[in-house]
Order: sequence, then C-alpha cells, then structure tokens
Amino acid sequence: MAVKKFMYVNRKAPYGTVYALESLEVVLIAAAFEQEVTLAFLDDGVYQIVRNQNPKLLGMKNFSSTYKALGDYDIKQLYVERESLIERGLTEDDLMDITYEDEGDDWAEKSSLTIVSRAEMAALMAAQDVMFSF
Amino acid sequence: MALEIGGKNIATDEEGYLENLTDWTPEIASAMALAEEQPVTLTDEHWEIINFLREYYEEYQIAPAVRVLTKAVGKRLGADKGTSKYLYSLFPYGPGKQACKYAGLPKPTGCV
Repeated sequence: MAVKKFMYVNRKAPYGTVYALESLEVVLIAAAFEQEVTLAFLDDGVYQIVRNQNPKLLGMKNFSSTYKALGDYDIKQLYVERESLIERGLTEDDLMDITYEDEGDDWAEKSSLTIVSRAEMAALMAAQDVMFSF
Repeated sequence: MALEIGGKNIATDEEGYLENLTDWTPEIASAMALAEEQPVTLTDEHWEIINFLREYYEEYQIAPAVRVLTKAVGKRLGADKGTSKYLYSLFPYGPGKQACKYAGLPKPTGCV
C-alpha cells in the first residue's frame, strides 16, 4: 500500500465536547498503519496543547499528557497556526513540550511542534491526500 | 463481572479489565494471573513489565500499543527485552492486552 499523507485537523477546545479526545484516539489507532501523519491545531484547537491543563473541576480526565506520547507512536509533525495563538493571547511558550526522539540523530530529543502562518497552514492542507476534521 | 480477592469484590468489565483503576493492588494482578485457564505465577520478569506499564500510564494517561511498548521496553530495560518474542513468552495472550489487564489499565487504545 502506498504511503498517503494524512492530516488530522483539530479546531475545538479540549473539554466541553468530545472532539479533541476522539481525534487523539483516532490518531493513536491509525498510527499503526504507518502512513505519513501530521496534526494541525487551529482556532480553539490550540487550547488542546497548552500547558498546565486542569479540568478536574469539570469532572473530565486530563488527557493532555497523552499528546506527549505521540512521539512514541512516530507522530512527529504537529503544526500550530500562529494567528490562532495570537488571537487568543497565547504564545509558543504557553504550549506543552511535545517531543520525539530522532532515530537518525542518535535519538536526540527534538520538538514536534512547528508554528506556521495561516497561509502556510493552507498550503500544508492543500498537499494532503486525506484530511480528518475534528 | 467481579473478581473476588481477599473477601472483597473488585468490579471488572466483561473482558476482565478493572472498572476502577484505583482499585488496583499487586494482589489483584497475581489473582488475575492465577485465574487464567492456564494459571500463571507472576515472576520478577512479569512484574518488570507490569510496573513499566503502570509508570507509562501514570505519565501519558494511555496504555501503549504493543509496538510502542516493545520499543519503550527495549530502551528502558535492555534491547534483549524489547522484542515481541520476549514479551509474548511472558504474556502469551498478547503483551498489550494481558499485561495491561494485570496492571489494572484499560485495554490498549487500538486493540480489538
């Protein structure tokens, strides 16, 4: 089977709806198929990967640490839209450290996050074979 | 379903996974292993994997897929242990499912 480019687009806040958690689960399951996977975070979706989440009072499980396991699943390309961060008063420093270990570089730990402009995000989307929108 | 351990009933789902992760004790793991059709007495090698899974869950809030578990075990416990052959020799019903069950974790995401 030829490798296809899969993008999972995350647009919604992590709690309140089940979209973020469902997206993450689909990504982890689909990782077994060894396709080229990228994740995109835009609009309120950028809140999914901010640091120090504490949804305890909402009665929700804090699944944010699971994003840090993505590297173990060979998912290393997480794109975050700069405009979405700015519109919400967030910067790159507000995001969790999500990393992977580069097999080709003596397992050096590298960041999986790339901040891109809205135009760059559009170009990334245009280059995909398959998109899942959550 | 329920598991009876030391006179206490522990709730499990229909496949034997704990309903409440916080119910877990090492005794529960041992009892689950002994309750198999072919009873297993847990050795240090089993515990090494069970404890590893519990730590992984604590850190990432997921039970890792077998592929991920194998790689991570190899890195943490030595390359000779990071093979499916080794893990299946300890957990013949599948290292993901069986070891996660003993560790009190949910069924690994992606396992059917």
